[in-house]
Amino acid sequence: MSKHKINPNNWIKLYSDYLFNYTITRVNDRETAQDLVSETFLAGLKSMVNFKGEASERTWLISILKRKIIDHYRKINSNKGKAEVRMSYNSDSESEGDWLEERVADPFDKTAEDKLENSELGEAIYDCLDKLPEKQANVFKMKTILGYDTETICNDLDITASNLWVIIHRARTALADCMQKNWM
Amino acid sequence: MKKSFLFVSCDEAKHICDKTQYGESTRWDRLKLGIRLSWCRFTKTYSKNNNKLTDAIEKAEVKCMKKDERKKLKEQFEKELTKHQ
Repeated sequence: MSKHKINPNNWIKLYSDYLFNYTITRVNDRETAQDLVSETFLAGLKSMVNFKGEASERTWLISILKRKIIDHYRKINSNKGKAEVRMSYNSDSESEGDWLEERVADPFDKTAEDKLENSELGEAIYDCLDKLPEKQANVFKMKTILGYDTETICNDLDITASNLWVIIHRARTALADCMQKNWM
Repeated sequence: MKKSFLFVSCDEAKHICDKTQYGESTRWDRLKLGIRLSWCRFTKTYSKNNNKLTDAIEKAEVKCMKKDERKKLKEQFEKELTKHQ
């Protein structure tokens, strides 16, 4: 079986968006997600010698990231944090009795299952995005995910608007095919 | 025979369809696309898949790093990387 190789020079280019999306769906905060991704890459660098090549670089980095996310929740769910929540919630007697109603899940809120499915869907989209040529993936992300306008992208990448639409068309066609095979 | 001013080729229709996904097509474009969609199965299939892709991306709420966020990450990482090389 062929062993996977490790090359940290490409990590930012290849995995930063995937790891970021993976994290933000689990922590719901951009800044925290950035910090966790950064910590993951640094931890990866430090433990590079332990990489056996049995899994892909991405899978290996995700396993580090998962631990970072768990540590993050452990930290914010420390005893001090729990005590603060207990003390601040419904301490006044006037609102006694309302607590149950306030805690009942909002039926219009997303369920854990929905969130899980959406996060898996997001990962499937990223798997397909990884298969696109770099330029196509970049233009697609800027236009579709970041929502930049056509002019900004054209100025940024020094391409014409018609060029942009050709790239978008190719990216969308390839992604739709890939998603059809892997998800829909 | 002269082509109708409402006629668009399959490629033009796909282009309009792409622009529509980003809210950048005009009403006139959409009318022409609608006419093409009424009889062209290739355009219809493309449009269906294109809409499905947009729905999937919206549903998944996919996120990626902004240019400045990535730059910051890259700078931090490269600083560490040089220490390890």
